[in-house]
Amino acid sequence: MQLALQILVNGLLLGGLYALLAVGLTLIFGVLRVVNFAHAEFMMLGMFGVYWVWHLTGLDPYLAVLVVTPLVLLFGIVCDRLIIQRTIGAPEVTVVFATLGLSIFLQNAALTLWTADIRSVTTAYSGMVLTPFGLRVSVPMLISFTVAMLAAAGLWLVLTRTLYGKAIQAVAQNREAAALMGIDVRRIYLWTFSVAVAAAGAMGGLIAPLFTVYPRVGISYIVTVFVIVVLGGLGSVPGAVLAALLIGLIEAAAGFLFGAAWAELSYFLIFLAVLIARPQGFFGRRGAEVFAGR
Amino acid sequence: MSLLEVTDLAVAYGDMIALEDVSIEVAAGETVTVLGANAAGKTTLLRAISGLVSARRGSIRFDGEPLLAVPSHERVARGLGLVPEGRLVFPFLSVEDNLRLGAFTPKARSRADATLERVYAMFPRLPERRRQMAGSLSGGEQQMLALGRGLMSLPRLLMLDEPSLGLAPILVQEVMQQVAAIRDEGVTVLIVEQNVHQTLKLADRGYVLENGRLTLQGAASELAASDEVRRAYLGL
Repeated sequence: MQLALQILVNGLLLGGLYALLAVGLTLIFGVLRVVNFAHAEFMMLGMFGVYWVWHLTGLDPYLAVLVVTPLVLLFGIVCDRLIIQRTIGAPEVTVVFATLGLSIFLQNAALTLWTADIRSVTTAYSGMVLTPFGLRVSVPMLISFTVAMLAAAGLWLVLTRTLYGKAIQAVAQNREAAALMGIDVRRIYLWTFSVAVAAAGAMGGLIAPLFTVYPRVGISYIVTVFVIVVLGGLGSVPGAVLAALLIGLIEAAAGFLFGAAWAELSYFLIFLAVLIARPQGFFGRRGAEVFAGR
Repeated sequence: MSLLEVTDLAVAYGDMIALEDVSIEVAAGETVTVLGANAAGKTTLLRAISGLVSARRGSIRFDGEPLLAVPSHERVARGLGLVPEGRLVFPFLSVEDNLRLGAFTPKARSRADATLERVYAMFPRLPERRRQMAGSLSGGEQQMLALGRGLMSLPRLLMLDEPSLGLAPILVQEVMQQVAAIRDEGVTVLIVEQNVHQTLKLADRGYVLENGRLTLQGAASELAASDEVRRAYLGL
């Protein structure tokens, strides 16, 4: 029983981190209809950003996240202007090549600038563990999880409670009709993309004290996050959060029961089973990825 | 001076010419209709005026200002509204959210509450369904929502593309009455509608489009009496 609870806690903590990455990816798809293969590279930039701020100034990594996230947002604006906006309306292949190209470029830029060395961020509380009811909960993991969940909830509130958020949903549901409402569709694209990649950057910053930092770190996350986004229903924010928690749980349970090598395999098996039963994912709508908010 | 002035407009999709040398005018307070068979270019004309398709040649002026370089969303802010063919409501947003998005431009937004009340009074079935998803409404209700949403932007010129398309005959009546009510509120209306007979009763003037060119224009009563219109569009 104690063990099952421990696995549950570990899984949820891990899934919560995936959630912040997945929410951005699903939003970019739902609103811009762009599959952002470079999404985890923005996370990598957030990790390195926090690493360098911590390394050079000694600032606490969680405070460094507050510095780095706006920088990733700015970089997202530049990428949107230079690359993403130019692919809108182009054939899907063009979009795929553009974001895949961006992903490869960013990985290699990081490799050139910062070498392939594996780095890590350590703090006074790195190894600190809470033991409520005999469970072991890593303190930095708990902080990262909480911040990630709050950030995802914040995005959700903006999307569903503000007029601007509803305008984002409107663009996702019908961009032409949105333009007829007087909504500047390109500006919605710009903000959706840059806020979504900033969330990826923030997630990177949050996991910097937990996991190792290196230029190709994104590769180990992007596949998982794509599985989450499809499982949750393309374009669905709550679907992405739910699926992220589920994948985290499966990964933790399978890793414990069958060994680490089985973790990925087991969620792919479950992924296939879900797709056979419900091809649109948990919250998706068949045929059209028509919405971002619900 | 006319509120809307379209001069020698040409639009093409690739090699296919959709509109050629089309010139129309709409004066403030008028109701004007454009008649024509399917694929005559009526929808293209309205889409070009709202900036959803770009013009090859010609000019469009609204309130004396040239429009062609102005993006769609800004044309809405200037007072040019289009209720598109097929209604295009936002299916996964509530009725009220759809309406509030209609008042997205700053000027309309500042008066959204008052406009919303007016729209609800005009379409009493909408307040009953305000929290329902727009996609769950019937076709007729969606059309009312689309009309109401069009009014939310406080348009000086409201363009209506086939408002009665796909509706049951009884609802067609209702929609045409609502269009008349919008006209009576003093909104300038440019309407494209298959329901030629009733539209000509409602309009002051009309134009006839054939294969992308204007072939006839005049007062609505003249058009209704002309042999050509009677034969081609009224089935008489």
